[in-house]
Order: sequence, then C-alpha cells, then structure tokens
Amino acid sequence: MNVAVCVKQIPDPAAPQALDPGTNTLVREGKLILDDSDAYGVEMGLQLAEQAGGGEVTLVSMAPGGETSGLRTALAMGAAKAILVSDDALKGSDALATAKVLAKALERAQPDLIIAATESTDGYTGTTPVQVAQILGMPSVTFAKKVSVAEGKVKVERQTETGYDEVECPLPAVVTVTAGVVEPRYPSFKGIMAAKSKPVDQLTVADLGIDVGQVGQSGARQEVTDVADAEARASGEIVVDDGDAYEKVIAFLEQLKLV
Amino acid sequence: MSIEKVWVVAEVVDGNPITTTLELLTHARSLGSTVEAVAWGPDTAKAAGELGNFGATTVHDVGDIGDALPGVPVAAAIAALVQGGNRPDVVLVPTTYDGRDVAGRLSVMLDLPVITNVVGLSADGDDVRSEHGLFGGAKVAKARFTGERPWIFVVRAKSFAAEPSGGAAAELVQAPVPDLGVTNAAKVLSRHVEEQSGPKLDEADVVVSGGRGLGGAEHYALIEELAKLLKGAAGASRAIVDAGWVPYSHQVGQTGKTVKPTLYIACGISGATQHLVGMKGSKNIVAINKDQDAPIFSVADLGVVGDVHKVVPKLIEALKARQ
Repeated sequence: MNVAVCVKQIPDPAAPQALDPGTNTLVREGKLILDDSDAYGVEMGLQLAEQAGGGEVTLVSMAPGGETSGLRTALAMGAAKAILVSDDALKGSDALATAKVLAKALERAQPDLIIAATESTDGYTGTTPVQVAQILGMPSVTFAKKVSVAEGKVKVERQTETGYDEVECPLPAVVTVTAGVVEPRYPSFKGIMAAKSKPVDQLTVADLGIDVGQVGQSGARQEVTDVADAEARASGEIVVDDGDAYEKVIAFLEQLKLV
Repeated sequence: MSIEKVWVVAEVVDGNPITTTLELLTHARSLGSTVEAVAWGPDTAKAAGELGNFGATTVHDVGDIGDALPGVPVAAAIAALVQGGNRPDVVLVPTTYDGRDVAGRLSVMLDLPVITNVVGLSADGDDVRSEHGLFGGAKVAKARFTGERPWIFVVRAKSFAAEPSGGAAAELVQAPVPDLGVTNAAKVLSRHVEEQSGPKLDEADVVVSGGRGLGGAEHYALIEELAKLLKGAAGASRAIVDAGWVPYSHQVGQTGKTVKPTLYIACGISGATQHLVGMKGSKNIVAINKDQDAPIFSVADLGVVGDVHKVVPKLIEALKARQ
C-alpha cells in the first residue's frame, strides 16, 4: 500500500514569530523545520505501509526556496521519497490555492491513502486536507485518533464533541490525524544518513500544469487589511511561593465569591 | 453591493441547536437583513422553533443523512442551492469537527476561498471585516474577502454572545442532496459517548487545567480534585493530551476547546500560543508555574511562581477544610 503524507515545513514555533509589514503574511525566512503535527502523520503512514507488508511513504510538501530540512527529518524517519513544490509564484497562496497545488502533486504519487495533520502549527487554517479530498474526488475522514487499514478500507476512530465515532471508508481516501495518534519514532543515525540520498522531486507551478494567476498573492481572493496590538490584559499580581501562596489564591477565590 | 442574506451552518444535536449555532445566528442578524439556517439530521423540524427564536426565518433542511459524515452532503446541498441561484452573501460556519469539513468541501465545490479562525465579524459598508487573534492573541488581524460571494467564514466558538430575537419558528424548506458518488463513501459504523461527570468544559464557570509541569499522568488527579472542589471542569494543555495523559476532550486551546469561564486556573502550563488562544478570554486567570518567565503569567490576574505539587495540594486542603 502506498501512502502519501502531506507535510508542512514551518519556522521553528519556539522562535519569535513576525509578520511581513508589506504583505501582513507570516515571515517564513531562515531554516524551516518539520511541523511537529506532521510527525504523527509520517509515523502513521510508515506503520500502515509496514502492516500492509509492502509499499512506501511519499512526502508531499509546498515550501519556499527549495526548502528540504523538514523533509529530510521525515525521510530520516523512513519515508521513501518526497515531492516538493517550490515556486516564488506561490508566496501568499491561500488555503484553496495550496490545496490545488498539493492535489496536483499528490496525483503524481498515486497513493492509496493520503494522510495529513488536522491543521498546521503556524497557520491553523485546518481546511486544506478536506479541500484536497474534494479536488481529487475522494472521501475523507478528519480528526482520526486511531487508524487501521484492511481489505481496501480504512477504519478510523474519529474524534467528536462527546467521544468518538467509528468510521469506515473505502480507499483511496484522505485521513487527517490528531497529534498523539501514534508515537513518532526518532530518526536513527542510519536513517539520517540514508535520508541524505533519498530522492526529492522538486517541481514548479508550471510543472504541475497550474495557471500561475490562480495561486500566490495574485490568486488570493482575501487580504489582511490591518494588524494591531490586542488590548492587553491589565497586568496582575505575581507572588513567589514561600509556602503560603495558596492563601493568596483562596483570597482571590473569595473575592470572586467562588468559595 | 450591501450584505443582505446571511446563512448559518447550524449544527443540531437531538433537536437542539448547539450553542455556537445560536451565537452565529445572533451575530448574523447584525451583518445582514435576512438570516437563514442550513441544518441536517433527523430532528431539524424540532429545531425550527429555536432557530427562529434566534433569528433564522428559513431553515434549508438537508434532512437525515443517515450514517454519512456531514461534510460532503451538507456542503453539496448548499452548493446546489447556490448554483441554482439562491446565493447568500455570507456563509457562517462553526469551528467544529463537522463545520470545518463542510467549509473545506464547500470551498472547492464553489471554487471560493474560506477565511478561518474568525473571532470577530463586522459589516463595513459593502464589506465584512473578520478579526483573528495572532501570536496567542497578542495581536489582532483584520481580513476581508476581495472576490465573489458567498464569503465563507469559519468562526470559533464563543466569539459572540447568543441572544434570542424572539422570532417565530423558521420555515423548513427542503435542500436536496445531489448524487455524491464516492466522495461521500465514509460511513459511521458506531458512535461512542465518553462518560463525563461534572459540568462540561466549555460551559463550566470554573476551569482548572493542567500541563506538562505536572510531571506525569498520575498527577492529573490533583487537577480533577481541585476542579471538583470548585464545581468546575478539568482541562488540559495540548502537550499532555499529545503525551497521552488525558483524553483529547479535555484539551483547551487552538486545537481544542475555547473556554471563557469566570475563573481559569492554569497549573504547570507555560502558556504556549496554542493554549492562550483557547483561554485568554476567561474573566479571571490564576496561573501556577515554576518558571517565572512563563508566558502564562502575562495573562494572569494572579500569578504564583511555585511548584504545582506544593501549591495545589495546599489549596485542596484549605478548600476541603472550609467545606
């Protein structure tokens, strides 16, 4: 079984984030890393391919500047190859344009199953995987907290407000996985070395047969009009616990008439 | 062109619209002159009264979708209406598991973009401006659509208050689902409801949450005990949900629940952007954390720099002694 995993390479979330004052888009300069949320999808894909007794995991990503650092991490975990769409024309693409690009790239991998995270850690849009499914004419199951495949069908425990639904879906399909669905493996030294020579197929928008006018800033039919500082909360009282700070909390609760 | 017709994707559970549905209907009234709902499921007729009471004049009734997931059939029913000439100016979709599926599918069916993570919306002449929290709510961005309508906004829970308009029951009009083929092939085999005691996380007056600072899954009992003593609900940061200490249903934050209780107590939570987004709107915030530089202290009304394992047990003891 061949699995394609959509992965996003993002600025390190631990580093301070900034906006480009000209375009109000997130600054994505410097080294990008594999989105933590995607490590779960990569691991899930690897496990499902192993359990199916054959097939491989292909990564599909869109990133500026031919960025591959995050892809190498996922290749080191065990993915076989990657398709990277990188093109200056993509800068400022909205989620729908991104989905169109990813769908075209995914077609090349001819996967039985497409896995993505429920949302990225930097943009949080959370609609791209379902948009990809609709473009490719596939069914989708989002918010999977457990995934198995048997007899051409994927079975998913899908998170709900009150618990979970057991959902079954024929392949090919798109499944989005929540963090914690499986424990991602750490790349081994051997894996890291092997990843350096694994194929990364780098494509442009034109390679995918997509009209440049449909993507990027020019294709976006939405804009950020302004960004301002939020109303700050009045700074509160900070106490250092020397054994009786709990009394401060009790007093606070009393003030709120909660005790 | 002014904003006239606003549709709300209205989730209904056992014949009752969920709170976010009512919030969206309430706010929709301030955006356009006509508010209509799109609902699905076996009990839409039962919900028509309440949907009308919050401002919907019409319910486009997708009907019983059986064991299908809502995303594809609901989006297809809406797309069929729009393509048939019944074109709203704005579609409001809740940020729920099913709502996001509907928005994604609808976006491609109509070839229109979506704006997600909306926490505020206002009519501005012929425009609608959406508001978004950035960097954990430190900044507010405003956005708008520049292209063709309908404009699809996916709105976070608790962005608006729910207030009835006192309107009459909405009129139910069938919104047929076209033939969907394989895209609708996912089927729900069974539904599982997890047992829950005490108030619901997103409705509780007090929320006590735990994070990585607890040190291990076994210490989450402290959080539950404190929550119970304050008649509140127990929440969690994404870090400890990912680590498998507590189920996803406890998660507060961007990916989890948005809470706005009277009091939020964050124990051993550093206050990552992901978490702040979900609790920053709480009326009062108490934070207990060892690291005095933790970002959680920037939103706390009362911050205790200390070890949760020392402070929380004393707090529990003191509360017990008062009972």
